[in-house]
Amino acid sequence: MTAMRRFLPGWLSSYATLYILFLYLPVIFLPIFSINTAATPKFPLSGITLHWYEDLPKTPALIDATWNSLLVGISASILSTVLGILAARSITRYRYPGRRAINGLIMAPLVLPEVIVAISMLLVMLQLGLSLSLFTVVLGHVLVCIPYSMTVLTSGFEGFDRSLEEASADLGESAFGTFRRVTLPMVAPAIISSLLVCFTISLDEFIIAFFLTGTEATLPIYIWGQLRFAAKLPGVLALGTLLLLASFVLMTIAEILRRRAARRTQNEGGLHA
Amino acid sequence: MLERVQSERMQSDRTMIDIRDVTRSYGSFKALDNASLAIREGEFFSLLGPSGCGKTTLLRMIAGFDTPTSGSIAVDGQPMDGIPANRRPTNMVFQSYAIFPHLNVEQNVAYGLKRLKLDAGEEKRRVEEALAQVSLTGLGKRRATELSGGQRQRVALARALVMRPKVLLLDEPLSALDKKLREQMQVELRRLQQAVGITFVLVTHDQYEALAMSDRIAVMFGGRIAQVASPKEIYQRPVNRQVADFLGGMNFVKAEIVEENGASLVLDTLGFGRVRTDKPKAFMRNGGAATLGIRPERLRVLWDNASAKFEVAGKVVERHYFGEITHLIVEIPGLEKPLSVTETNDFGADDIPVGAPIRLAYDPEALVAMAD
Repeated sequence: MTAMRRFLPGWLSSYATLYILFLYLPVIFLPIFSINTAATPKFPLSGITLHWYEDLPKTPALIDATWNSLLVGISASILSTVLGILAARSITRYRYPGRRAINGLIMAPLVLPEVIVAISMLLVMLQLGLSLSLFTVVLGHVLVCIPYSMTVLTSGFEGFDRSLEEASADLGESAFGTFRRVTLPMVAPAIISSLLVCFTISLDEFIIAFFLTGTEATLPIYIWGQLRFAAKLPGVLALGTLLLLASFVLMTIAEILRRRAARRTQNEGGLHA
Repeated sequence: MLERVQSERMQSDRTMIDIRDVTRSYGSFKALDNASLAIREGEFFSLLGPSGCGKTTLLRMIAGFDTPTSGSIAVDGQPMDGIPANRRPTNMVFQSYAIFPHLNVEQNVAYGLKRLKLDAGEEKRRVEEALAQVSLTGLGKRRATELSGGQRQRVALARALVMRPKVLLLDEPLSALDKKLREQMQVELRRLQQAVGITFVLVTHDQYEALAMSDRIAVMFGGRIAQVASPKEIYQRPVNRQVADFLGGMNFVKAEIVEENGASLVLDTLGFGRVRTDKPKAFMRNGGAATLGIRPERLRVLWDNASAKFEVAGKVVERHYFGEITHLIVEIPGLEKPLSVTETNDFGADDIPVGAPIRLAYDPEALVAMAD
C-alpha cells in the first residue's frame, strides 16, 4: 500500500507534466518563431529580430481586419451579454416548467459542430435575404457566445439573496435606486467578465466568420488568407502571438472577475439557508 | 423590579400597529385567516408559532413586502394600503441579515441615510451612534465578509435602528446563532428595545425566546391567532391544548364539567379528584368534557414523610437526567397517560429509582382548565 502511495504521486505528476507540455508546446513555438530572422520556422533560430512585429502596423489590410474584428467583437459581446443577463436572471431567479430544457437549449451551440452551425446560419441568412456582411458575422458570433456568457453570468447570479433587494427597499430606496446601488454593483464583475469572454471568443472565431462574412475579413480570416504565402508566415506568427497574448490576458481578467462575483453572492447565499 | 416599572412606563396604550381582519390567500390556501391585532406603542411584541402558521407572512405585510388579500393594516394611524416598503415607517432585520456584501459595515449602516441627504457630520454621528448601540464601535471599516454571525446580526440591527423607525420588525433574527450567543442576544435585544423605546415586532418559532423578551405574545396556528397575552399569562393560562403544548411541556388530564359559573369551574378528574379552578377568559364550553392541564415543574416530589394538602400518588416508570434537573415519568392509578414531572436535582431527584412509589404535591392554582 505504501509503495503504491509513493509510486502514484510520482507517476501522476509526470503524467501531468507531459499533459501540460503537450497542450502548450505548440503554443510556445508561435512566439519563438515570430522573433526568428529567417522566414522558415526551423531550429536552430538564425537570429533574433522584432522586425516582423514592426511590419505589422504597416500592412493596411491587417489594420482593416483588426478594426473589423474589434467592431464585431464589441457588438457580439454586448449583444450576447445583454441576452445572457436576461436568460441567466430568469434561470437563477424563477422556477418554472421547462427551465432546465431552456437552459439546455441555450447551452447547445457549445457542442454543435461549428461547421454545421455556420452552414445552417448561412442558409438562413440567405433565405432571409440578408446580404453577407460584418452584421451577419455578429449574429453568428452571438449564437456561439451566449452559452459562455450564460455560464459566467449564472455563476455570478446564483445564490443572489433576494432579501438584499428587499433590505434596500426597506431602507427607503426606490426600485431603480436598489438596482443601481445593490443589484448592479453585485453582478457587475460577472457582467464585465461575460463581456470579456465573449469578446475574446469573437476575436478568435474563424469558421462562422469565414462563412458569414462578405468581403470584409476579420483577423482570423486575414491570417488564413496570408497562410498561402510562405514569405508571410513570420508576420502571421507575430500577429498570432499578439492575439494569443490578448486572449490570455482578457480571459484571466474575466476569470478573476467571475470568481469575485461568485464569491460575493455566494457568501450571502450560504447563510440564507 | 425597577426595570419592570420602567418597561411598563415606556409603553402607552396608544396603538402603533392596527391589523384588522387581515387575510392572505394563495389560491385556496389561506396563509393568514382573518387576523386582527393591535400592537401598542413602545411594546416588544412577538408573533410565535410553528413554521407555516402565518407569522412571517404577517410581518412581511407590515413591512410592505406582501399585500393582504383582504383587510387592512395601519401603522401609527396611517393606513398602509398601497404604500410600498420604501415609504413605510418600518424597518426590518432579515433572517439572513441581508448585509450588503459589497459595502463595509459603515456603508451598510449609512445605506438608508444616504437618501435623507444629511450633512456629512450628522450622517457620521448617527452611524457612530447606531454602531455604539449595538456594541460595534471601531468595526466600521470591516468588510461584511469579515464578520461573524453575531456581528452581522448587529450590523443588520444598527442599519435598521439608524433610520429611527416607528416600528422595528425582526424576522427570526436569532435562529442562525448558536445557543450561547442566542441567549446573550436575547438579553441585549430586550435591553436595546427598552433603551430606544421603539416598538419591536419579533417573529419566532422559539417559545423561550418569545417568553424571555416580549411584553406580549400572539400565538399563531394555521393562519389564525390563537391567543394574545403577556408571556406569563400565555404560559400559565393557555386558552387551549395547542397553545399549552407549544409553550413547553404540559400534562393533560381528561375532566368532566360538574359546575360552571361566571368566574370558576368545578371539574371531576380521575387522578386529581374534584377540582375547582378559575374559568379562563376565552373558555368556550364544548359539551360536558374539558381538559385539565398542569405543567411538569408544578408537580413537586414529596420526600419521606412530608405531606401536602394536595397530592397524588403513583410509581416512577422512567427517569431522564438533564444536569440541573431530572425528568420523571410517573404512572398514577386511574390516569390513562403517565404524568411528566421535572424536579431540580438539589434533593437527589436524580437518585430516585425507577419502579419506586412516589407522591407528588401540587398547588390547585397551577391547574388550568382548557376547553376541548
